[in-house]
Amino acid sequence: MLRFVLTRLGLVVPTFIGMTLVAFFLIRLVPGDPIETMAGERGIDPARHAKLLTEYGLDRPVFVQYAIYIGRVLHGDLGKSMITQVPVLNEFFALFPATMELALGAIIFALVLGIPAGIIAAVKRNSIFDQGVMGLSLTGYSMPIFWWGLLLILLFSVQLGWTPVSGRIDVRYYIEPVTGFLTIDAWLSGEKGALRSALTHLVLPVIVLGTQPLAIIARMTRSAMLEVLGEDYIRTARAKGLSSLRVVALHALRNALVPVVTVIGLQVGVLFTGAILTETIFSWPGVGKWMIEAISRRDYPVLQGGVLLLGVIVMAVNLLVDITYGIINPRIRHAR
Amino acid sequence: MPADATATAVPAAMPKPLSPIGEFWGYFRANRGAVAGLVFVVAIMLVAIFAPILAPHPPDLTNDAVFLKPPAWQAGGSWAYPLGTDAIGRDILSRLIFGARLSLLIGVVVVTLAIIVGVTLGLIAGFFRGWLDTAIMRLMDIILTLPSLLLAIVIVAILGPGLMNAMLAVAVVVLPHYVRITRAAVITETAKDYVTAARAVGATRARLMFSEVLPNCAAPLIVQASLGFSTAILDAAALGFLGLGAQPPAPEWGTMLADAREFVLRAWWVVTFPGLMILGTVLAFNILGDGLRDALDPKLKR
Repeated sequence: MLRFVLTRLGLVVPTFIGMTLVAFFLIRLVPGDPIETMAGERGIDPARHAKLLTEYGLDRPVFVQYAIYIGRVLHGDLGKSMITQVPVLNEFFALFPATMELALGAIIFALVLGIPAGIIAAVKRNSIFDQGVMGLSLTGYSMPIFWWGLLLILLFSVQLGWTPVSGRIDVRYYIEPVTGFLTIDAWLSGEKGALRSALTHLVLPVIVLGTQPLAIIARMTRSAMLEVLGEDYIRTARAKGLSSLRVVALHALRNALVPVVTVIGLQVGVLFTGAILTETIFSWPGVGKWMIEAISRRDYPVLQGGVLLLGVIVMAVNLLVDITYGIINPRIRHAR
Repeated sequence: MPADATATAVPAAMPKPLSPIGEFWGYFRANRGAVAGLVFVVAIMLVAIFAPILAPHPPDLTNDAVFLKPPAWQAGGSWAYPLGTDAIGRDILSRLIFGARLSLLIGVVVVTLAIIVGVTLGLIAGFFRGWLDTAIMRLMDIILTLPSLLLAIVIVAILGPGLMNAMLAVAVVVLPHYVRITRAAVITETAKDYVTAARAVGATRARLMFSEVLPNCAAPLIVQASLGFSTAILDAAALGFLGLGAQPPAPEWGTMLADAREFVLRAWWVVTFPGLMILGTVLAFNILGDGLRDALDPKLKR
């Protein structure tokens, strides 16, 4: 077991180094050197330019620069935002809870609807329900979520007036951040109506962000369930005279959920990608919106740091899923 | 296996064995969804080809007499502008029709780029193995680890917004799938007897790679290419929506949505139709890809 975990951990190191390389060199593709970029359109006088180049070590060979960069990264220094002068890491972690809240809401939404839908579709194979689930799942998978968000705003915010159009909570409320999850903080604050306001702000973004994972999870649950339902031990259980419900809920589900758990882990990348679009549509103050704004302001340290941090988070979750999967399933652990 | 699995087996009397293409078509035709997807894709292609004939107006023609005119069937609409007009009086239907050209162009360019580069890298990795293989596959792992759209966004942000750079960025992001498929197929195929035989009679490495092994890797690549069209169109539209893809006034569907965002409160049609086109086209390519996979993959054949 320990060997398995160590092997997996070992595989992460080259990927991490690769990611720092990507983050380091991508920024160097920007025309001009970083000092010119920082100076922006105002320009900079040549003497000061040369001085700054030396100061930042930018006159040294590229691999020395990379070594300096990776040394700083390992000390948690991702540079400062060129606009606010706040360290990138601080800005990221100030905004990350908002993205987390959205992503967690989305994955819960996807699980609560997706797993039962997948199970029923598998049990009632080829029924109208099954075909409906499969059709909707394919549609959800093909959905341009930036449009889906606008449609939901059109229907629920504009036509019905049920939900607000943007933000995390009504401006009337000021909630002291405790956990960073506004729904929990609003509830803790005990202020009347604050929790309700936070929840109504959350619901549409959660649906939008949860749509693609929902489609994938429903599809995956259905096929995993179909596979398990065809196994001999299920036939045995049925032959023993166990009720259908018991067979499905106790015997089949437990095994069918193993691949589903893996798929859930792999949704993290999908969620971050979706969060960029969802946060942009709903003006949700998370890391996705922050990065899009960094692009229009040409704030390269933010872009560089943000990519690296999100990449590392995805990598860490993938690793966790991998190890968990190895624990649940001994065949994976021992298959070299 | 459910009981009906044996019932759908090959009919008893079959006059002569079908050609591979005939067999493929037989399977494919039986899948009604896939045929519908194919029909939709062909329709979009025809629309794209005959855009100047089909469109009632030039796509960029503004008309200051008809700002935000609703669709024809709504009060205030007219059949001169069947799907209404946008904020500067351009005909939405005409823009959608010309937009089909851009979306298909995006699909073709991205998939072609990804196939050329991906197959080459996959062949190299699968044939030479060793450190080259490790280096290529590690790089692909890194691309796969980073959230796809995020990587595309960063690439475009650095190269500068525009349709060409957006296509390039999406091609980079989808590249790992083609490399992996090719490499896996190459490794499976090179272990087979026909490759050993070809090698024994003295075939060069290039000949082995391109004329022996590659044709046998075609099936999974065809499937991936069809699914790749949908990813390309969806991601490029997302970039367009974020202002990083095709630039206005290009009638790209995602870019049209970005323009339409501020009118969501008072003109539902400028928001609804471009998204419907994206969804329909992406869905059609996905269904088509699924159908192709079922028809081409013998393991999945019932």
